[in-house]
Amino acid sequence: MSDNARDGAFDDWLDAVEDGEGYYVECENGHGWLPPRRVCPDCGSRDLTETPLAEAGEVATYTEVSVATPQFSADTPYVTAIVDYGPVRVTGLLRGVDPDEVEVGMPVGIEAGERETTGDRAVVFRPR
Amino acid sequence: MSHPRVTGVGLTHFGEHSERTGRDLFAEAGLAALDDAGVDPDDVEALFYGNFMGELAEHQGHQAPLMAEAVGLDVPATRYEAACASSGAAVREAVRHLRSGEADVILVGGAERMTNIGTAGATDALSIAADDLYEIRAGMTFPGAYALMARAYFREFGGSREDLAAVAVKNHDHALPNEYAQLRTEITVEDALGAPMVADPLGLYDACPITDGASAVVLTSADYAAEHDLDAPVAITGTGQGGDNLALHDRETLARSPAASEAADEAYGDADIDSDDVDIAEVHDCFTIAEVLAIESLGLYEPGEGIGAARDGKTHATGETPVNLSGGLKAKGHPVGATGVAQIVSLAKVLTGESTWSDDVSDASVGVAHNAGGTVASATVHVLEVRE
Ligand SMILES: [Zn+2]
Repeated sequence: MSDNARDGAFDDWLDAVEDGEGYYVECENGHGWLPPRRVCPDCGSRDLTETPLAEAGEVATYTEVSVATPQFSADTPYVTAIVDYGPVRVTGLLRGVDPDEVEVGMPVGIEAGERETTGDRAVVFRPR
Repeated sequence: MSHPRVTGVGLTHFGEHSERTGRDLFAEAGLAALDDAGVDPDDVEALFYGNFMGELAEHQGHQAPLMAEAVGLDVPATRYEAACASSGAAVREAVRHLRSGEADVILVGGAERMTNIGTAGATDALSIAADDLYEIRAGMTFPGAYALMARAYFREFGGSREDLAAVAVKNHDHALPNEYAQLRTEITVEDALGAPMVADPLGLYDACPITDGASAVVLTSADYAAEHDLDAPVAITGTGQGGDNLALHDRETLARSPAASEAADEAYGDADIDSDDVDIAEVHDCFTIAEVLAIESLGLYEPGEGIGAARDGKTHATGETPVNLSGGLKAKGHPVGATGVAQIVSLAKVLTGESTWSDDVSDASVGVAHNAGGTVASATVHVLEVRE
């Protein structure tokens, strides 16, 4: 996958996350989405602006994955979480905490990390 | 409205057939359905076919014409892909064609090969029903996604791994007499709780197996069935489909499946019934938590109430509204593209008295099939009713 062409707005977004400048796109009605988006699926607005992600989000739900796809075989077991950043939620790998210690509501920050198996970049959350 | 009839049904055994090609599996099910229907194959006007991972599992796209050929039909053939709801979507399109008068006889079916690519390969192939950029690259697997929903459900409504285990125990029990089922073994709650974790809180026994298999039904217009004096008492009286954001994190709620609720509301309205009229249901229990979400979406239980239904015996064959008398995906098996049509087959058999469970539900006249794609970004619901 590393040799593939960049995935446009997704890789731009991940670059920003890597630089500590993560963002989401927001319509004038406050609906938040991850890029790329040309229209808000909730209200149809096409006026979307880049808005900074908060310093920390809260774990909304998580799982420790024991049976993975081949692209994650060396990462197994690992924790995947959905984190709530207010108007937008993001899915990523939760690191830096014992899986038994993870709690819903726990504050986490976002960064770009690497998959152990392939070296590809991935969204990583760490406890704040 | 004139409702299409389920005129013939066919299944392969669901299980491991790793050395059989998809075309051979579908030919077996399709020919069985045509024989069961007793229609002249020359009268079949189209094949609507469901398949999800053919490119990955068999390096075979463009499967529909291949499958028409496999059953000896020279008709227009189209593949429908909506992840695990692929053949549910195919049924819906066939119902709409038959109702509009555009066709009188349509073969609808599905097939999937999965065991030949192994557990890791199948996990990978199934995962592509999720959002590649934002979910798969974050390690999301199909079981992982349902685990995220299970934990969100527990948090919002309560419930435990024991409650989920009761769903698995019930569906294994239902599969015992089903000769087409993959897992015909009795299990206990303790077995389920002691099984290895796949993605916590879901263990191996919370998950459906990896399955090869095919399914087919011959659907005919009511007029055609009458003109040809066909024995086809079961009609599809309602159809509905709902959709949602593909990525789980974009959904308003992680503990419900609104796409299935929309599909159910539409299908019930179409059939002019409500959830109280439902006697039996075949629902998409790819994971134990999925059955809980399904019976709530179908309006059989309020949100938060479905978690105790299996534990309390309400969804067992002997309970108030039996769910998954076939064994469900959990024990019957889940050859992805074949699943939606297999649910129609199972319901039709129960309603016509051909199932070993028919005696236990002898008053049943209304059955509902719930077929979900991915984490329920797609859902179809069909209502089947006995009409002499
Ligand atoms: Zn909006």
